[in-house]
Amino acid sequence: MATTLDYLRTNKLPHIWCPGCGNGTVINALLRAIDAKGLDKDKTVIVSGIGCSSRAPGYMDFNTLHTTHGRALAFATGIKMANPELTVFVISGDGDSSAIGGNHLIHACRRNIDLNLIIINNNIYGMTSGQYSPLTPTGATATTAVYGNIDRPFDLVALTSAAGATYVARASTFHVPQLKTYMERAIENKGFSVIEAVSTCPTYFGRRNKIGDAVNMMNYIKENSVMRKEGVTEYDKTYVIGEFVKKVAPEYTDNYTQLIERVGGKK
Amino acid sequence: MSQNKRLLLQGNEACVMGALRAGMTFFAGYPITPSSEIAEISSIELPKVGGRFIQMEDEIASMAAVIGASLTGQKAMTATSGPGFSLKQENIGYAAIAEVPCVIASIMRMGPSTGLPTSPAQGDIMQARWGTHGDHPAICICPTSVAEMYELTITAFNYAEKYRTPVILSTDEVIAHMREGVEIKDDYEIVNRKQPAPGDTSYQPYADVDGDGVPPLAPFGAGYRYHVTGLAHGDDGFPVGPGAKNDIMLRRICAKVEDHADEIAIYETQFTEDAELLFVAAGSVARAAMAVVKRLRAEGVKAGLFIPKTLWPFPATAYKACLENVKQVIVPELNLGQMVLEVERITGGKCPVSHVGKVTGELFSTEEIYDFAMAVNK
Repeated sequence: MATTLDYLRTNKLPHIWCPGCGNGTVINALLRAIDAKGLDKDKTVIVSGIGCSSRAPGYMDFNTLHTTHGRALAFATGIKMANPELTVFVISGDGDSSAIGGNHLIHACRRNIDLNLIIINNNIYGMTSGQYSPLTPTGATATTAVYGNIDRPFDLVALTSAAGATYVARASTFHVPQLKTYMERAIENKGFSVIEAVSTCPTYFGRRNKIGDAVNMMNYIKENSVMRKEGVTEYDKTYVIGEFVKKVAPEYTDNYTQLIERVGGKK
Repeated sequence: MSQNKRLLLQGNEACVMGALRAGMTFFAGYPITPSSEIAEISSIELPKVGGRFIQMEDEIASMAAVIGASLTGQKAMTATSGPGFSLKQENIGYAAIAEVPCVIASIMRMGPSTGLPTSPAQGDIMQARWGTHGDHPAICICPTSVAEMYELTITAFNYAEKYRTPVILSTDEVIAHMREGVEIKDDYEIVNRKQPAPGDTSYQPYADVDGDGVPPLAPFGAGYRYHVTGLAHGDDGFPVGPGAKNDIMLRRICAKVEDHADEIAIYETQFTEDAELLFVAAGSVARAAMAVVKRLRAEGVKAGLFIPKTLWPFPATAYKACLENVKQVIVPELNLGQMVLEVERITGGKCPVSHVGKVTGELFSTEEIYDFAMAVNK
């Protein structure tokens, strides 16, 4: 196999991320999955919005598009719809995808358009220095929740499953082999795929919430996670790791291609 | 023998037909009156030619999808009106800095906010220029008839492709919804964006290789693997910090339009050669003003009419050429004074400029414009 460096714009390194950030681990897993699936770099597009994780495409040697805050899925929908032959990934953060981009998230799920969404969930707005996000746990502190967060967090798996995504999985920066495997399954899925990658932000979440440095945060994920078991719905751990939805449903751009054929349009 | 044919069309229908003639293959939109027919007819016609239509979840997403589609090499368009035009502004700015060709039809209705849905107005002339934040180029085309909805939609696509920039096609609700005879010619000039030479390994998406301020744009998937960002960027498309590179990029994207303002300018002059009383009017108002000019001429007043069909950049050179004998300029608008600011700026104090605005949500009657003209032209 090629090394991950073969898929990186090495002249753009070093990256901007803090020591201990989980973004690199997630990108590493994604590049290994892309390599394992033998995707053509020229026919692969990586789209992102705004935030720390959204800076990833700049380092990745594909067709890359760094868009506006929250809108990556909408840009990606235009790309995939206009040229269904392209394999399209969207890299987003918890705030980018589920707060400002929440509407696009549920509608991309509903359409079942063949996009692969990787949400790097670090429980915080990192780029803007630590405000609470829709994935900040209740009671945690943030620069805009110094008295403790009273918001309830989203469950991204439940949200995207209910909205109609046909592949939904969760792994973490501790569960790296699973992360890679799930990304491969997402690529295989002809439809909308969501992978929540639970990650760490030692700088703005770990430090303020006294979880500690990167190693302590990794241990925190390890100790507070459990693998999903078929038929089990209640777990006593924070992070349930596994595949939650694997189903087959008509894919959006395929449906449109059939519509073109039905009305007699030339392709 | 001419293959020209004559059709009875609605303004929005003519817009879609012009777009298809220009090569539109992608439309993303969200319902809003008075532009919805553009989406509806696109949804019917695009699949017939192998193009693709998508109704997105909101206005913002529609603009985003159009930009994404354009980056794959398609000619893409969206359509909206006041409130939706406001929502699209951030991504219009993205298209401007990322230099992604696209067309935004914005049919003006009375605002602000929900305003008077959906009475005619011209309140979005400044939004078409300055709606998105930061310095940026702007091209805004304003048809005054259904025939122009057809021809100038083709022009909007041509300008988007030629200058690699978003182009706004904006007129008032009257032009969009009325029906007129349109002569469809058998031949129109169609412009396609410049692309890098096949296999050009040195391709940089923002390098001004031709010296015209417009870098070639490769479609995603064609093997160039470049980066596009809304961040300030260098020739290679990658982010830069404060310094000369941002200055060069920003000045270039503005200059590529401003430096070609005369080439971009579309306008019409009526009785301007000896005009002493000059009306400047756009969209449906130009039609009322024309009737007033004819009446004044019949009464012996040397009245003339300048109709800008590019509101941005305003056809300054052509307008100034009309001013030689002009003693008074009158700018009727369906707003409280927007285009008049640009007219005043370009007139530069050479003669008085008076504004007559109407915001009842109704059209000007010729009487209203005539009475105003008689009052100021004593």
